[in-house]
Amino acid sequence: MILYLLKRAGAGFVIFLTVTGLCYVLYNIRGAEAIARSLLSTDAGLDQIRLKVVELGLDRPLIVQYVDWLGGTLTGNLGVSFASGQPVSALVATRVPVTLSLIAVSLVLTVIFSVLLGVLAASRGGAIDRVVQGLSVVLGAVPSYWLALVLVIVFALGLRWFPATGFVPITQSFWGWAATVTLPALAIALGSTLGLAVWIRSSIIDMQRRDFVRTLRSRGLSPRAIMYRHVLRNAAAPTVQILGLMIINLLGGTIIVERVFALPGIGSLALDAGQRADIPAALGAVTFLVFVIVVINLTVDAANGFLNPKVRTS
Amino acid sequence: MIITETTGAVDTGRAARRGLFRIMLRNPLNVASMIVLALFALLAIVGPWIVPFPPNLVRPDLVNAPPFTSEFVLGGDLAGRDILSRLIASAQGALRSAAILSVVSFALGVSAGLIAGYFGKLFESISNWLFSVILAVPGIIVLISLYTIVGTSTTLAMAVFGVLVAPSMYFMVRTLTRAVRKELYVDAARVSGLPNRRIIARHVLIAIRAPVILMTAGLAGVGIAVQAGLEFLGLGEPAVPSWGSMLTDAFFNIRLAPEQLVWPAIALGLVTGAFSLISIGLRDALEGTYVKPSRRERSRRIEAVRHGADARTEEARESPPVTHGPEPDGTLLLEIRDLEISYVQRKAITTVVAGVSLTVREGEVVGLVGESGSGKTQTVFAALGLLPDEAIVSSGSIRLGGVELLGMPETEFRALRGPGMAYVPQEPMSNLDPAFTIGSQLVYGLRAQNGCSRTEATEMALAMLERVGIHDPVRVFRSYPHQISGGMAQRVLIAGAAASRPRLLIADEPTTALDVTIQAEVLDLLRDLQQETNMGVLLVTHSFGVVADLCDRVVVMRDGRVVESGPVRDVFDAPKAEYTRSLLDAVLDHAPARGELNTKEVTRA
Amino acid sequence: MPRLLSVEDVVVSYGRGRKRHQALNGVSIALDEGETLGLVGESGSGKTTLGRAVLGLVPVESGRITFEGRDITSAPAPERRRLARQLQVVFQDPYSSLNPSMTIRDILIEPLVAQGLSRKAASARVAVLLDRVAMPSGALDRYSREFSGGQRQRIAMARALALEPRLIVCDEPVSALDLSTQRKVLDLFIELQERTGVAYLFISHDLAVIRYVSHRVAVMHRGEIVEDGHAREVTEAPRHPYTQRLWASNLVADPTEQAERRATRLALAAATVP
Repeated sequence: MILYLLKRAGAGFVIFLTVTGLCYVLYNIRGAEAIARSLLSTDAGLDQIRLKVVELGLDRPLIVQYVDWLGGTLTGNLGVSFASGQPVSALVATRVPVTLSLIAVSLVLTVIFSVLLGVLAASRGGAIDRVVQGLSVVLGAVPSYWLALVLVIVFALGLRWFPATGFVPITQSFWGWAATVTLPALAIALGSTLGLAVWIRSSIIDMQRRDFVRTLRSRGLSPRAIMYRHVLRNAAAPTVQILGLMIINLLGGTIIVERVFALPGIGSLALDAGQRADIPAALGAVTFLVFVIVVINLTVDAANGFLNPKVRTS
Repeated sequence: MIITETTGAVDTGRAARRGLFRIMLRNPLNVASMIVLALFALLAIVGPWIVPFPPNLVRPDLVNAPPFTSEFVLGGDLAGRDILSRLIASAQGALRSAAILSVVSFALGVSAGLIAGYFGKLFESISNWLFSVILAVPGIIVLISLYTIVGTSTTLAMAVFGVLVAPSMYFMVRTLTRAVRKELYVDAARVSGLPNRRIIARHVLIAIRAPVILMTAGLAGVGIAVQAGLEFLGLGEPAVPSWGSMLTDAFFNIRLAPEQLVWPAIALGLVTGAFSLISIGLRDALEGTYVKPSRRERSRRIEAVRHGADARTEEARESPPVTHGPEPDGTLLLEIRDLEISYVQRKAITTVVAGVSLTVREGEVVGLVGESGSGKTQTVFAALGLLPDEAIVSSGSIRLGGVELLGMPETEFRALRGPGMAYVPQEPMSNLDPAFTIGSQLVYGLRAQNGCSRTEATEMALAMLERVGIHDPVRVFRSYPHQISGGMAQRVLIAGAAASRPRLLIADEPTTALDVTIQAEVLDLLRDLQQETNMGVLLVTHSFGVVADLCDRVVVMRDGRVVESGPVRDVFDAPKAEYTRSLLDAVLDHAPARGELNTKEVTRA
Repeated sequence: MPRLLSVEDVVVSYGRGRKRHQALNGVSIALDEGETLGLVGESGSGKTTLGRAVLGLVPVESGRITFEGRDITSAPAPERRRLARQLQVVFQDPYSSLNPSMTIRDILIEPLVAQGLSRKAASARVAVLLDRVAMPSGALDRYSREFSGGQRQRIAMARALALEPRLIVCDEPVSALDLSTQRKVLDLFIELQERTGVAYLFISHDLAVIRYVSHRVAVMHRGEIVEDGHAREVTEAPRHPYTQRLWASNLVADPTEQAERRATRLALAAATVP
């Protein structure tokens, strides 16, 4: 098991390098001078531009810049923002709670409700089953920002139950935080919750028709014992993998939803910094997001290893 | 392994290629989606010509005009442009996005998947790694980075996104190709000398055709949604109208004129929803979804069976079974009388058991023998209460120790399982829970039965494993099912069944899946256990050899009814029914051996 | 006269590193024209691997396979294609050896078309094939799922015969069939052999089946041949302890005889306990 996890962690590190490297290349693709020009005022002269280039270290070969940045990042120093001169780590730190709140809440909502609905749909069948399947189609087809807009119109502007914009940190006020986080988290989570619920439902029904479940019934085990100890356990492994994939999609939704609800999170940092050619800040945001993804993947792998003996023992 | 009859589960339909379209049309949702998509495609193509106003035409007097109040039918947006025209004109961009995305992910995913799945080795290792990395790359982030830097080219962005979603296509195609590659008909084609590319074209492509179309449809919808999302974020070609940018504009105006959000939202929702529904509809048509029959549906089916007469039941009444000799002595354990089991699929009724009667007494081993489709497994499943939901027991009685089992509530039945009757299945591997060790499965079962402590249960389990002839009980106790052999697994299953000291043991082809030498040993085990506990055994088998080895009495079944029954010696020595005679004749044990090859007689046609 | 098929000291392994497993440990057999050699053994004996090695479906690590005097051990693809005319196969599982998405006609003309025949010429030949295996010609336009196990095996046999091969490797062809169907299909195999002079490498785990259909028999155990000889001798009076155990474990459909055989088996087992 340890060996397996180490291997997966190694793979995660490779992904980290690849994504940050790729983004590094993309951000620098316009060339040093174009970047410098966009950071200065529009009437800047050529000399000023060249000075800026040297000042920011953009004249060095790309690979050197990247390795330098990487070294700094791995020790916690994310560099200095081109635009404001602030250390990027501080910038990122102020925004992390926002995005983290969104991710955490939508994740918790997704897991709890998808399991509940999935198990319900599988065991009761009939109307509940059809409703869950129908809803999943409707809500899964539409993008999360669409849902976000609908939610804003109905609940924020219409019913005025929740604020439409802004973020209150949890340290300041729990209920204030909850109010600002609810709608965005719902927008992100709704589609994936129902999609996952349908998946869980199919997985459970599939498991129930397996031979070993029939044999367990013949031993006199109660349906509850069979469902919770055996069926769910076996259905869990493939579900966890799907969940991992869904979470990555969830992250994409986070970025757009931050825009709709005007939440000062990592997503909007990446967007704004990118548009301003503030490369260190943009990269800082990207780093955080990739880090989250790698951690999630590792957790999913660990869960998979725990749930699936074949993976563990080979 | 003999292909015995299935569990009788109703086949909800693997669609034949031709019938696919017709099946899809049955579902109104599919029809609606297809209409929406057709409309969408039409608008995309002819849109620019049929718009009432040029999409970028500005009418300052109609800024934020409400809908249905001016020549701008759906109103004017924040810059004074016609919303309806912009709505229609956006379709083209959306279609282009979907097309580029689909083409790129299709080309990349399918070609790499085919090669990796078919040829494997180095190519597969490399492409697996490559696509895993691509899969882990957060698409939105890359797209955003790309957009803000390189400029606003929708085509490029969609192409890049196509690369980013290609992994899902790749992994699916690779898995399917690998599965087809292992099929025996591919081996046969290779032996025939068919070159690889023809095998791929002929066999693999046919198998992956449908899933690929399905996934492409799904991806197209995703492409439209993502493209709109990027435009919503303000990253898009500003001069080209799109639903996403219309949403942004409307969002700015959200307090002034919230209804402006409605039109692009509907358009976007309809199209993405239609793509999603179509791909689900396709999947359902191909595989058939299992829907638990509601209680009303079940009652309807039961009524249908009671009223309908089946050829089999008629036949059964006309030719009653042949019985040898008088009823034996001994306490009656299991008594099945005139059992009838049917299945209903759409309007057709199939009777799989048409009036079967048999008995098992304490201390005797009864063999239930028949070929596939004879209904023998269905009969014992009925006794065990393990028939699938779709099965309808329309008449008859099953008594265990005098107590009627049919119609008994499940909670009461559960108490009987274990000490009353136990079950040994046919396939050892698929009947053990793959997620738990052998030991924990046995211990859990024992504790559920006896309520003893974990230590006690562990001791009992180890003793049982040794009793069934496993030489290293501790190792097996700690192993997972995939780590032990088929023979050992079957012994474990027998241990599990015998643990509760049942009065009646029902074994369904317990040795069919095992090697010949192991089979003999397992039969020895069953014999020993039976003699030790004096339990009654009902043994389902297709082999007369097993009957000759283990059974006291034999019941021969064919097409859902009993043809002959009696003590083993009597039936074997003097079979009275023609069917029994023909089966015994087909046995090869006493057939002449081939003899030596006479080289002079070898002719070449 | 050279043997039709000659296998000399063939070694085949699977897997890499720690999981490396030798399926064939230096196996040698020989087969003449028009002869049936029965390969009998349990799971893991290597009998299926040997058949697949002869067919070129698994790579051979060392040793030699000679067919009609030519070395075919590691024959490249074009040569395998030529070999296909002489060397064919019938598999065990009648449900997955025929592509469920193809009509019977398409399945049967595939080997002919692979050898360069035009579709039209191939179609003409195919009707005759079905006749030989006692299947109606109406079957050509149907799909494999519309037929029973026994009927599918007949179709598989027709496909094997399409190119008029000299040797057919039969890998457990009747193991998945009902008892009554088994006998009929075996009789068909024998009849076709007598009519066309084709040779069979007949693989099965069932001693009775092997005895019924083979001229000579080779018994395999854990990747090696432990005994071989004329069918009658090997299956009625085996000499190697494993073959004896195999024979004693085979069940007989007669209670008295089976009781005797069981006693023999238990006596054998007791004798080998150290």
